Amino acid sequence: MSEVLEPKKASAAGTVASAEPVYALMDQRPADMSNAESPLSRFRWQVSSSGKNVGVVARELALLGHFILRGNVANADFVKGAAEVLGVELPGTLKSNAKGNLVVRWLAPDEWLITVPGEQAFAIESNLRKRLTGHYSLVNVSGGQTLLVLSGADAVNVLRKSCHYDVHDRNFPVGKVVGTTFAKAQCVIRRAGQQEWELVIRRSFADYLAAWIQDAAQEYGFAVK
Amino acid sequence: MSQTNRLSSGGLIDRRKPLSFQYNGKQYQGYEGDTLASALLANGVDIIGRSFKYSRPRGIVAAGAEEPNAVMQIGASEATQIPNVRATQQALYEGLVSSATNGWPNVDFDVMSYVGKIGGKMMPPGFYYKTFMWPQTMWPTYEKYIRKAAGLGRSSTMKDPDQYDTLNHHCDVMIVGAGPTGLAAARAAAATGARVIIADEQEMFGGSLLSSRELINGKPAIDWVRTVVDELSANPDVVMLPRSTVNGYHDHNFVTIHERRADHIGDRAPVGMTRQRMHRVRAHWVVLATGAQERPLVFAHNDVPGVMLASAVTTYIERFGVVPGNELVLMTSNDDAYLTALSWASTGRKVVAVVDSRAKADGDLVKQVIDKGIRVIFGSAVYDVDGGTRVKAARISGLTADGKKLTGKSETLSCDTIASSGGWSPVVHLSCHTGSRPVWDDNIIGFVPGETQQKQLIAGGIRGHYDLLDCLTEGMNCGYVAAERSGYGPVGKRPEYKVARIRRSPAMPLFLVPHLKPISQAPKQFVDLQNDVTSAGIELATREGFESIEHVKRYTAMGFGTDQGKLGNINGMAITAQVLGKSIAETGTTVFRPNYTPITFGAIAGRNCGELFDAKRYSAMQPWHEENGALFEDVGQWKRPWYFPKSGETMQQSLNREVLAVRNSVGILDASTLGKIDIQGKDAREFLARVYTNAWAKLGVGKCRYGLMCKEDGMVFDDGVTSCLAENHFLMTTTTGGAARVLEWLELYHQTEWPELEVYMTSVTDHWATMTISGPNSRKLLAQLTDDIDLDKDTFKFMDWRPGTVAGVPARVFRISFTGELSYEINVSANHGLQVWKKLMEVGKQYDITPYGTETMHVLRAEKGFIIVGQDTDSTLTPYDLGMGWAVAPTKPFSFIGKRGMAREDAVKPNRKQLVGLMAKKPDVVIPEGSQAVANPNQPIPMTMLGHITSSYYSATLGRSIAMGLIRGGLDRMGETVYYPQADGSVIEAEICSPVFYDPKGDRQNV
Amino acid sequence: MLHIFCPHCGEYREEEEFRCKGQAHIARPLDPEACSDEEWGHFMFFRQNTRGQHRELWVHSTGCRKHFNVIRNTVTYEIEKVYLVGTKPETEGAAS
Repeated sequence: MSEVLEPKKASAAGTVASAEPVYALMDQRPADMSNAESPLSRFRWQVSSSGKNVGVVARELALLGHFILRGNVANADFVKGAAEVLGVELPGTLKSNAKGNLVVRWLAPDEWLITVPGEQAFAIESNLRKRLTGHYSLVNVSGGQTLLVLSGADAVNVLRKSCHYDVHDRNFPVGKVVGTTFAKAQCVIRRAGQQEWELVIRRSFADYLAAWIQDAAQEYGFAVK
Repeated sequence: MSQTNRLSSGGLIDRRKPLSFQYNGKQYQGYEGDTLASALLANGVDIIGRSFKYSRPRGIVAAGAEEPNAVMQIGASEATQIPNVRATQQALYEGLVSSATNGWPNVDFDVMSYVGKIGGKMMPPGFYYKTFMWPQTMWPTYEKYIRKAAGLGRSSTMKDPDQYDTLNHHCDVMIVGAGPTGLAAARAAAATGARVIIADEQEMFGGSLLSSRELINGKPAIDWVRTVVDELSANPDVVMLPRSTVNGYHDHNFVTIHERRADHIGDRAPVGMTRQRMHRVRAHWVVLATGAQERPLVFAHNDVPGVMLASAVTTYIERFGVVPGNELVLMTSNDDAYLTALSWASTGRKVVAVVDSRAKADGDLVKQVIDKGIRVIFGSAVYDVDGGTRVKAARISGLTADGKKLTGKSETLSCDTIASSGGWSPVVHLSCHTGSRPVWDDNIIGFVPGETQQKQLIAGGIRGHYDLLDCLTEGMNCGYVAAERSGYGPVGKRPEYKVARIRRSPAMPLFLVPHLKPISQAPKQFVDLQNDVTSAGIELATREGFESIEHVKRYTAMGFGTDQGKLGNINGMAITAQVLGKSIAETGTTVFRPNYTPITFGAIAGRNCGELFDAKRYSAMQPWHEENGALFEDVGQWKRPWYFPKSGETMQQSLNREVLAVRNSVGILDASTLGKIDIQGKDAREFLARVYTNAWAKLGVGKCRYGLMCKEDGMVFDDGVTSCLAENHFLMTTTTGGAARVLEWLELYHQTEWPELEVYMTSVTDHWATMTISGPNSRKLLAQLTDDIDLDKDTFKFMDWRPGTVAGVPARVFRISFTGELSYEINVSANHGLQVWKKLMEVGKQYDITPYGTETMHVLRAEKGFIIVGQDTDSTLTPYDLGMGWAVAPTKPFSFIGKRGMAREDAVKPNRKQLVGLMAKKPDVVIPEGSQAVANPNQPIPMTMLGHITSSYYSATLGRSIAMGLIRGGLDRMGETVYYPQADGSVIEAEICSPVFYDPKGDRQNV
Repeated sequence: MLHIFCPHCGEYREEEEFRCKGQAHIARPLDPEACSDEEWGHFMFFRQNTRGQHRELWVHSTGCRKHFNVIRNTVTYEIEKVYLVGTKPETEGAAS
């Protein structure tokens, strides 16, 4: 609704901000993971009857560490620090960088999604907290979302039934990351391979999206790994 | 029955594959490749319906989307009924069951036709408006019989067993129409490497070439079609969509296409295949190659079965091997229609005469007809038709050169078929969908597309260019241009097309053939066959003062049928112009809007129906809720447990049990759906101070605070508790329904007003599973599940939070309360929500821990007078109106959002509606929510209303009903009595009181 | 269905990814307390109903969640310009 052209200086709220901001840090992952439940761990998939061609395969990459990192790319030390800890550069617009099981996705000009193996999550979070400087934020969202990988020759058709983003090779090369509307929810899609699409799905929408995806995939033959 | 009108050879049907089908209860046979219309004509079925208003018998007129009469009900079972299907667009399949839409009791004997016969004069335009408006109470009765008699198609009363879906596309070049123009365009564009989509509403690609005898590069046109189709099929970047109607052309080259995937296969779609599919295309460039539709001439009794479009007759003969009659009279104002005479003659059946309105014509086709010895009568016209259920004769007369008057002697030509052609109307509909108005072109005697903002090219028939070579060349050029402008090409070698040009003599602008009598007294001259609009009706409309074409349309209902006046509109405009003494350009057109042809609701809904209708959101504890019999309430998209009935309990009994468990021992609530926003940055505190009404400067680490959010007008729009996790780190909670809205609101202010504030907001709603244990035993329960959180009441106080471990899982525990009881809100990563919940239930057994849902929560909070934003508030209440002035810190240095707004004159005036408690005088009466308060129930209606009830429950804790509501000046009216008149005439008496009904000092939450 | 260029994502996206937040450049008064009721009322409620070029604020809701401005022609629905919050390019004929 509103907008100013010239940024104004904040008027003091009565506090003096400390030189380096102070954040709460907490290992949210218990030592015993045997009872953990990923967003799709209980979903009752309906796969195509055996013997049918399988055009779409779904596979959840469950219980990874997910972090939202926000910061200013104009802060060279922030960019450098993130790269040092993560081992890869923060990717630019609509791109992703991966190193082994660590993937960093661009979400917005000041926002990235980092996924890492669950057992490394706290170490990476701690190291980022130690290393990063200036104005940034780091938020653990591991419980709030999951990765669902759709692969197979017809995975692309499931996407075309679900979102109106152009998934053609010329517009969506491997490694690209796109946040878009998916069915009646939101989704971040990364093309992980020629026939491999990785969806970031929010926990509360997981049942709906899984049901939608398997419905869309039925005509191509659908399997779950 | 035998196919009396079927030729023994020719056409694109497969005579080795006979198909049987049913029409109006009788069995017929056709062939693969037929449409329902061609098969009916092959079988000599003349009458396929009764007209809408006069119930006159009607036959098939056209061969495509423009067909006004052959509108069918299709479906072999109740569940598979589809109304309003044009027989000309329905492919024949084995076992197809169809019936006429109009006609009661049947098409051959129709009650309403007697009404029509007795008095055309009895049913002028505006008949329904004029006749059935009075008395109004009788309308339902009239309507029932009008609908039964007129027939408008019938929807199934059962669930459609088929599925429909949607596919999204992007392309460089979208080509609409796969006739010669469209195919040439597709071929050219595809050759550049561009991504191409080509769609056509017909069963197969080819358009006019499917019934043409012309040669392309020395070979039959159909061979060229097959070559191009094969070529395109082999290209992975070309999407070909036959039997797909481009129904909408929307802003920024967004195109919607309705594909009938299985309608040609059977009554039900094959397993694993959707019946119809909506394609949503975003195209860089659109090429409209929609061609043209033939315009019939308007003359008296031109609706008698056997009167058809000339080009349709050609199509039935050439494409389907069907001659729809024995003796033809062709009435034309142009050369093209002579093709029909040639086709007809080639079947060995008789062409009685060609009646040409022009004084002379010497084009190639005219010469060919004359050379065959066919009688051609120039300067004449068919002005009337003999026959009732089938044409018996054509009455012709000489015509003046301007086409306004008959001259000379009349002659009656015996025949059973009259083919008429008034020239071509370019199919401009799509070009108009984004607001462009078509332009009249005298040269082609038709409307052509006007200027547009879209990246659109037009080629061929839509421009009024009908010569095949022109169509191929223009199509090709447009294909290349569209591709080049999308960044492809140019290509080196372009294909060459060699087509013999047909020399045509000029056409004559003729729309209405005059009768011996003036328009108003002549027999009915039908303009819009589907809606029974006549030239006399149009004249009457203008006489009654409806001179704008839009008014004429509405007054006469011209173009309002399911065919949207494809056949009749241009003639109607021309006749309007004629009677007004204006030009057609001056009269203009009505507006064409999507959709081009009717679409099933199934195709519009796609898979967004049933279980997939909308996103359903669940918390991590959903499996437990389901296993334990919860009933669910929709809160936004969330499914939240409403209450947990035990067997045999009424809802109220469940609520009472759940409420008392919280008050007396411990209850547990799934609060995961609350919006949660992680806020970090050195200016986080300042940001909070600006968006909340209260103070945040001194909130220490480990502390929580309730806050109200207002909009700039000072009205409350959300609330929640925000906790200080670290000096520069906060966790905000919002209402369940407001989560996304609040985050976007915060981002809006941060991005546009205060970008200098160093703060980042991130949603963690889904990350945290939140379970609230509430009740006097909650501390004891929690103590058994944690060994690293000090729960001492003096160290872990009300409105504190602590990190620690609960049930072996890292947690943040917030001591906040929405029930007024000692409460702990336990937050764990949602991956562990279910396990912690189960553990709480297991250990809580000794306290008889009771799960409770949203309804119980509402009762508990109402007992304490806590508001629910959106239930007790409605964007018209300031914090002061809610009695929550304590949550406003007007002395904060920054003028927080809402501060100025709530200081406005109107927001501070006396006697505003304010939130108060209300107690019914009879404690067992629960005042219905929404009841209006009045001071004097005996005041005559309309009474002066003081406010209304916002929340109302039976409180098991208090053993009586309680309510919250708005009352004008309510905060100053404690103890006064107000009245709530009910719909049944009773009146509920209630006393205004504090909304805090229970534990007003808050001792219980502070223990 | 508009096709909108998101200046943050650097490409065109479908309208369903965005939400329009109304007229752009409605600056919140720097000192709200100094405003009369009438001035505050204008800030809150008064908007243009332009025929032609209209400056609007949009947000890329399901994409990058960033706000940006567009100049959209309310007659033709053409989006003539897209620009960042905090800038205001001059455009011939555009209402301020």
